[in-house]
Amino acid sequence: MANAAILPGAVPAVSRRRQAGRFLVYAVVLAIGLALAFAPFLFPDVRAQEVAARICVFVVLVASYDLLIGYTGIVSFAHTMFFGLGAYGAAIALKAMGPGFDAIFFGGALGVLAAIVLAVLIGLLSLRVKAIFFAMVTLAAASVMMVLASQLSAITGGEDGMTFSVPRPFSPAQPLVTGEDGKALRLFGVALNGRVAHYYFVFVSSFLLFLVMMRIVASPLGTVLQAIRENEMRAEAIGYRVVAYRTAIFCIAAVIAALAGILRAVWLKYTGPDVVLSFDIMLDILLMVVIGGMGTLYGAVIGVAVMTLAQYYLKDVMAAGAAATADLPLLPDLLNPDRWLFWLGLVFILLVYFFPAGIAGTLMGKGGHK
Amino acid sequence: MTTASIRTENLTIRFGGHAAVDRVSCAFRPGELTVIVGPNGAGKTTWFNLVSGQLKPTEGRIFKGEADITSLSPSARAKAGIGRAFQLTNLFPKLTVLENVRLAVQARAGQGPRIFSRAAALTEIRDRAQSFVEATRLSSVAHLPAAALPHGDQRKLEVAMLAAMEPDVFMFDEPTAGMSVDEAPAILELIAGIKKDTGKTILLVEHKMDVVRALADRIVVLHNGTLIADGRPAEVMALPIVRDIYLGIGAEDVA
Repeated sequence: MANAAILPGAVPAVSRRRQAGRFLVYAVVLAIGLALAFAPFLFPDVRAQEVAARICVFVVLVASYDLLIGYTGIVSFAHTMFFGLGAYGAAIALKAMGPGFDAIFFGGALGVLAAIVLAVLIGLLSLRVKAIFFAMVTLAAASVMMVLASQLSAITGGEDGMTFSVPRPFSPAQPLVTGEDGKALRLFGVALNGRVAHYYFVFVSSFLLFLVMMRIVASPLGTVLQAIRENEMRAEAIGYRVVAYRTAIFCIAAVIAALAGILRAVWLKYTGPDVVLSFDIMLDILLMVVIGGMGTLYGAVIGVAVMTLAQYYLKDVMAAGAAATADLPLLPDLLNPDRWLFWLGLVFILLVYFFPAGIAGTLMGKGGHK
Repeated sequence: MTTASIRTENLTIRFGGHAAVDRVSCAFRPGELTVIVGPNGAGKTTWFNLVSGQLKPTEGRIFKGEADITSLSPSARAKAGIGRAFQLTNLFPKLTVLENVRLAVQARAGQGPRIFSRAAALTEIRDRAQSFVEATRLSSVAHLPAAALPHGDQRKLEVAMLAAMEPDVFMFDEPTAGMSVDEAPAILELIAGIKKDTGKTILLVEHKMDVVRALADRIVVLHNGTLIADGRPAEVMALPIVRDIYLGIGAEDVA
């Protein structure tokens, strides 16, 4: 097997297939990126905007998780905790200080700071222990954060969470560009008002954060992280302080997750345990990173898009399918929208079966990690 | 006589009641290639692990030059100039050959934490890594993942990574282990080349007697964790106690 890889002729065949796969991944990611970039004009309805904004934020969240699990081999269950810190930071400040960019900045900064402090503490105290114990520690920390969020209801709104207003430029009533009639100018039939600005705030921030992560994994630090994943003992032996590197990337991922949390809160104008802290979100993150492909970053884009579209639109597709097959036996029942979780599960199993290293991972020939 | 580059003083490690390395004191000078021999279980690899920091001694001290490094972590020792290759191939399997070597160069250059520069664009580091890949004749496979190499090339990559660390003390743990008779000379040639080019201290654990004869300036014999002989190859091989112990294992390993 080892010899097969270096036989003349074998190399080009493998790398050609890999190149084609890589090209396909780039094309899909580019398509998703373009769809997101022009989402307000391509899909103007409110629900589609919701989906697009969720995809933007989750790409950042899942990609930052990929830095940990895919690149460095750190299994953490505390990613929603950092996500929540950013979201609650922004939410509490927006509620207390009123809707202004200063509140987003100030509250967000506090949330990010809290994320850094917690990440350093957890990292230094427990990244030297075995992976399974570290995972347990993060699980415990995340649980504590959930309890705190629901118990400190005077500050956090408890289980109900809290709603708040966002700065005025994000309001649908605020025209971005005023036309001759005094109303918002329309472009491709879409009013250029605060709603568009609101979306682009989320999109541009997410895009920039994703670029930052692309840069990190291409940097010398990125190679060291992969080395730690591949062979921790050897990385230490050639002179890298593994604990310091792990703590550093854990902090970086925590900061990016907190920033994603701010975006989520600002977009939803709501923050509560169910949308930022719950273990359902953590599970979503895990599924997205596995389906997309660990250790690729592009996988985050694909995984998030596939999962989110399935979660939002599978029911609609099934309803249409059930209606179309109404005259046939059995099929309408199978396609009943109430059974959407069954089909979602089936899709996951098939994806994992045919793409063992995730969609991007398998296509790019990265092989399964750990 | 130049001062020792690496020195152990009463170095001891006990696992339970068993002393795997027992009060070993010895010193090694630059420019000298020492082969450490002894039957299986004699404590050679354990002694290596103590010097490179993977194990902490129960007693005794380790000095690099004048500095006491006994309490340093493996990464700190690597930075202090103690480089180690491993008996079982111990690479970064999914990274390419060039990346494996580049990591060693990069650790040496101390540029690991740079976040916002592209690794591939750091030409100085890349060129340096490339030169070590060329020196070990791995250029044709430089872009392949380490795991895809045949065993012999993986051993060469071990040597390339150690060389790329540019240590003051090279420690090879059975560099020819598991290699065929025709592959082994290439590795030994590389080690001889390192000795000639760098003039650093080289420590080698090796079983094969032809390797010992071809390379050694000095032989240290460990047996049951203790140092029982230390000297020039001809003298050591002539000692009755060494013949007793070593011919036993020599018979099975040389044959």
